[in-house]
Amino acid sequence: MDNDIKMKADKINFFYGNTQALKSVDLNIFSNRVTALIGPSGCGKSTFIRLFNRMNELIAGTKLTGKIYIDGEDINSPCIEAVDIRRRVGMVFQKPNPFPKSIFDNIAYGLRVNGIKNKDFIEEKVVQTLKKAALWEEVKCRLKESALGLSGGQQQRLCIARCLAVETEVILFDEPCASLDPISTGKIEELILELKKDYTIVIVTHNMQQAARVSDYTGFFLLGELIEFGRTQDIFTAPKDKRTEAYITGRFG
Amino acid sequence: MVKHFDEELQDLNNQILKMGAFAEEAIFKSIESLRERDRNKALEVINNDKLIDELELVIDEKCLDLIARHQPMAGDLRFITTGMKINAELERIIDIAVDICQRVSEIADKPLLKPLVDIPRLASVAQGMVKMAIDSFVKRDIQTAKKIMLLDSDADNLRNAIQKELIEDYMVKDGQTAPRAVPLLLIARFLERICDHATNIAEDVIYMVEAKVVKHHPEELK
Repeated sequence: MDNDIKMKADKINFFYGNTQALKSVDLNIFSNRVTALIGPSGCGKSTFIRLFNRMNELIAGTKLTGKIYIDGEDINSPCIEAVDIRRRVGMVFQKPNPFPKSIFDNIAYGLRVNGIKNKDFIEEKVVQTLKKAALWEEVKCRLKESALGLSGGQQQRLCIARCLAVETEVILFDEPCASLDPISTGKIEELILELKKDYTIVIVTHNMQQAARVSDYTGFFLLGELIEFGRTQDIFTAPKDKRTEAYITGRFG
Repeated sequence: MVKHFDEELQDLNNQILKMGAFAEEAIFKSIESLRERDRNKALEVINNDKLIDELELVIDEKCLDLIARHQPMAGDLRFITTGMKINAELERIIDIAVDICQRVSEIADKPLLKPLVDIPRLASVAQGMVKMAIDSFVKRDIQTAKKIMLLDSDADNLRNAIQKELIEDYMVKDGQTAPRAVPLLLIARFLERICDHATNIAEDVIYMVEAKVVKHHPEELK
């Protein structure tokens, strides 16, 4: 395993009201690696990654015990602002959710909100992030058009570009390809592999083949517990736990 | 996704080529050590074997990893699965080169039973076949692969001739020659086995390139 830990979950228990969704989960997220979380529906994997940028605190009646760290710092400490964590830890969802604005403004928005006013800087940053998100060639002539006119795959890459513009450090992907066709899925996967050079990536996916293809580490969740975590290659060739084996060979779930 | 997968396939290809280079080197040195009866050269081959065993495991693991993680299809699937088999064949070839070297180190300081004629000929057939097998893999060249399969009977004939001579002209006539004849008999057998492994590689290459099974089906060669 790698040594460089970017984020760390320490004895995480999480409740929706009286229902316990996560049970004593410990997990390390390594820098510049792709970590995939797999497991059947309702196993807690999405709930789990939403803790990494404090998304769950927006839901009433939830309770968290345990700690989540980024670079050794407790992300839930009172001296840290949620918006700051969400800038450092970006998120891309299952359904692409561009703002109903132009392609250009979708990316410039985050910069402006962060107080950047220099137009040249913003323009340069928009071009740079669109290139990084492998979208530039497809949209360079239509930056002023509405982002809603883009295809699903392009919208998803725009959402990724939006994270990159604000100098995020970690990108959380929650089923990023669930609503995309195989070609767009391939582009997103290729992009994830490119992005890991500069970012730390966590991806939740139902698609086990996708987890196998893109990730360096894989964690298998079941009924709120992290059953097994290890190098992707080991998980998919020689899982240690019988439940992991049963799940990845399609025998349940 | 294809781009990264292609890079990984290229990487696997390079590792198999490295194994091939080790195999060619091991055979070359084992034959040289025999010709020169040079124990040090024989020891070099014997001592290098650990490194090669490690590479065999690395290649096997890589193949398994690619299958598990990328669910390869068609030509990619054939390349990876035959890559695994070729890896094993090459490693066996190197093991046999080590066997030859062990026999050489036994006989190195004894006078030769007879001047070696057919054994060097068989050795050069074996060396040539392995070289061609690796070439056919590198160039995905089935014509070369087919040629190798035809050479295999030459190797068998040479081995039989060597065996007949050593047994009938020496061991039967004078039992005292056995300690010097048996290592030569074994070396001939080892060289012929190397040719068999080269033939297996050729069959694997034909399957990889054309998806044709010629193993146990010689009629498919036409």
